[in-house]
Amino acid sequence: MSKQLALVIDLNVCVGCHACVTSCKEWNTSGEAGSLSDDNPYGRDPTGTFFNRVQTFEVGEFPNTQTVHFPKSCLHCEDPPCVPVCPTGASYKRAEDGIVLVDYDKCIGCKYCAWACPYGAREIDEHQKVMKKCTLCVDRIYDELLPPADRQPACVMACPTSARLFGDVHDPESAVSQAIRDSGGYALMPEWGTHPANHYLPRRKTEITLHRDELERVDNPLKIDGKLPKPDIRAPSLDDSTSW
Amino acid sequence: MRPAFSVIFLTTLIGAGQGLFIALYVTELGALLGAWAVPPGPYFALGCALSLVLLGGGLLASFFHLGRPERAWRSAAMWRTSWLSREVIALPAFMAAVAAFGLAHYLRGAGDLTLALGAAGLALGLLLFVCTGMIYACLPFLQEWHTPLTIINYTLFGCASGFLLGTVWAAAHAPALVTASALWTAAFTLAALVTRLASLARNARLKPKSTLQTAIGVKHPRIAQKSEGFMGGSFNTREFFHARSFASLRAVKWAFLLLVFPVPLTLLAAGVALSSWPVLALAFALQYLGLLAERWYFFAQARHPQNLYYQAIS
Repeated sequence: MSKQLALVIDLNVCVGCHACVTSCKEWNTSGEAGSLSDDNPYGRDPTGTFFNRVQTFEVGEFPNTQTVHFPKSCLHCEDPPCVPVCPTGASYKRAEDGIVLVDYDKCIGCKYCAWACPYGAREIDEHQKVMKKCTLCVDRIYDELLPPADRQPACVMACPTSARLFGDVHDPESAVSQAIRDSGGYALMPEWGTHPANHYLPRRKTEITLHRDELERVDNPLKIDGKLPKPDIRAPSLDDSTSW
Repeated sequence: MRPAFSVIFLTTLIGAGQGLFIALYVTELGALLGAWAVPPGPYFALGCALSLVLLGGGLLASFFHLGRPERAWRSAAMWRTSWLSREVIALPAFMAAVAAFGLAHYLRGAGDLTLALGAAGLALGLLLFVCTGMIYACLPFLQEWHTPLTIINYTLFGCASGFLLGTVWAAAHAPALVTASALWTAAFTLAALVTRLASLARNARLKPKSTLQTAIGVKHPRIAQKSEGFMGGSFNTREFFHARSFASLRAVKWAFLLLVFPVPLTLLAAGVALSSWPVLALAFALQYLGLLAERWYFFAQARHPQNLYYQAIS
């Protein structure tokens, strides 16, 4: 089976710090494909092109609520609906590693691919007038000038809680595949048959189960400790034999 | 979805152009079968020119939808998978057939050549309706569009509008054809009314397949968004929602239901009774306004599942 690179995002440890957002923007706005343009970055109504966003949801009803921070980027679907609709072939899925990419030199900016993505993962660059999306930092992960540990997407490198894992989800022994298996990794909107390559690990409650026998000393079954007689009130104590 | 006026003009203008050409070809077929006399002089050639003006106007409007119109030629590349690419090929092919049909009429008059060219044009015109409709109908998660009714409506609205223009054309240049043309127009308009009401009824009963639960994968009945990740707008907040109230949406619906069906049908009857082409032209103009509203509503009514991720700024 061919390779399918993907991110696995652990919602249990994401703290919603947006470090992945800024790191992604920094790397991808500085790349050879050109900047990710912004308008009014310091003005009243700032807007711009991003590949990655962190959203926040509240689950439950007060006071029993959980805050879920939810990073969202292109899921690099195994069956991407955005690719076949592209009239120019600018949108494509790479056979060798499964990354869904846009050829910015072929894109005509018709936005049909964005309509065809149920996740809203694509954003048009309002100045270059071409569609942009997460590339899994394709210009980084294969760069042999970087030390091997740095050949990872910028968002993964930036995450302070290691909530983002990167790897080949088709390799059953990879860290991402094991995480999906062991921690109940799931895909978003499975109802559309897009088979996203990116997976999310659910929030998990950290619980300690204590059994009754763990509260007692196993080597004291008759509770002999408790049956020791108390010393008599007149018996000599430490104070009697020690002078200060 | 946010209705894009470039696409609204594209689909309504080429629909009228396709319908007008089909009306001209039906006129020729009817004359061949002896239903009526062949209309005089440049009836077909100028009619084809009018159809080409509409088709060309639609084509021009489509360029305004593109961020990079200078690369538009690339969009014919992926016809194996993309209905948009197929439309990009079918539209010029149909225009060429219309031009050839009109030219053959102009140079040699009705005959075997025009019959054959017209048949090719009819096939290409119907194919173009399918391509245009399938651009929208092929997207499964835009549930309002994902139905054969989308293609049927595009076809019937185009034919109704084009045959109405054909009736205006007949009233101005071949009055003997007006009654027959008006009957065809009425038939297409009433058929479009039936199928559009069917699609409105269908869409009113749709239950969205995607929910906030499937969107973020948390199985809890109460989930509320607290932040969408940014406080200004983004492409995601601008492109996928019409940003109008439900009251104005309803007003547009009633406007198109009136302007596309009863108003032009009444004017059509009056125009035929008075044999007045300006009345018929008014019917066409008002119906075209209604079709713009209908297409606007078609886009605005579609609820994109990506909006689930953009419900609260912060």
